[in-house]
Amino acid sequence: MVSVWTIPPLLNPDVHYWMKRLGALDILCNWAGQEEEVAMSLTAREFWVVIHGMGLGAIFLLAFAGGLAGLWSLRPEWVTAAGLEERLRRLIAGTWIMAVMAWLTVINGTYMVYPWYRVKPPAGADLTHFPRSYLLASPDLAAWHTFGMEWKEHVAWLSPILATAVAYVVVRYGSKLANQEKIRHALMVLFILAFFAAAIAGLFGAFINKVAPIR
Amino acid sequence: MTPQETLTNGPAAAAILASGIGSMALGLFTTLAQAITSIKNALNLYDPAGPLSGKTTVAVVVWVVAWGILHGLWKGKQVDFAKVFIATVILIALGLLGTFPPFFEAFGG
Repeated sequence: MVSVWTIPPLLNPDVHYWMKRLGALDILCNWAGQEEEVAMSLTAREFWVVIHGMGLGAIFLLAFAGGLAGLWSLRPEWVTAAGLEERLRRLIAGTWIMAVMAWLTVINGTYMVYPWYRVKPPAGADLTHFPRSYLLASPDLAAWHTFGMEWKEHVAWLSPILATAVAYVVVRYGSKLANQEKIRHALMVLFILAFFAAAIAGLFGAFINKVAPIR
Repeated sequence: MTPQETLTNGPAAAAILASGIGSMALGLFTTLAQAITSIKNALNLYDPAGPLSGKTTVAVVVWVVAWGILHGLWKGKQVDFAKVFIATVILIALGLLGTFPPFFEAFGG
């Protein structure tokens, strides 16, 4: 069996060497049930787009669900004092993980992925490798940039700001938050708005990367 | 944290209102960059990312500074939380409006 396994250039060559030593390549190829040449490749840019959109985004989503449930249920009439402390730990983890993921996502998006998206093509270049120019060159696709990307790149930054405020207040007030109904409700609104901002960015990011992928 | 501080809503109000101010700043600088070319150029702090780098950096700086000032003013104090929260929601709405392309593109570009 001939195995061809292309690792993202960023990980080459050491990871490739160790995967081969550990037999991971053969296992994967056998699992695929193919005897012919098998190739799976991902460029470094594609790898970081996946981290930006799916890796950090998935953790963000999980943390949001945990954080919101924690804020909603942090009520003295619903839990014992011991239960309150246990819920508080999860709440602190949920809100801070969401805030940190939001920061990592916008920083990675603005300073790493976005420059690849907007890089200007040389004259006569194949525009499929230059997403922004590719979209703008077609009247049928231009709105993905003029509306979708323009909104996404800005609104996403609301998310870490709002999520950080929530996470700070949760840590600052701790279990006393259970008796501060107004503050808790305000935090839920901010938390949902942080998610809403990230959801807009995430949805447009997914669609735009489908129409004009970064390669 | 002193016992007195734990009983007041000042620190929470400061953090919440500052997040609204930061949001509004993002919308404001997004719109200003669209309307005024010199501001757009000045906000181009990192060329590969363009003016987005400056808009977001300035918004974050405004947010942090506002938070620090409000925290200093309201630390250990009880404030009218309902008013603070309404102001925050309005500021966030302005931030959302300022980052909405049909709105800021109406100012040129």
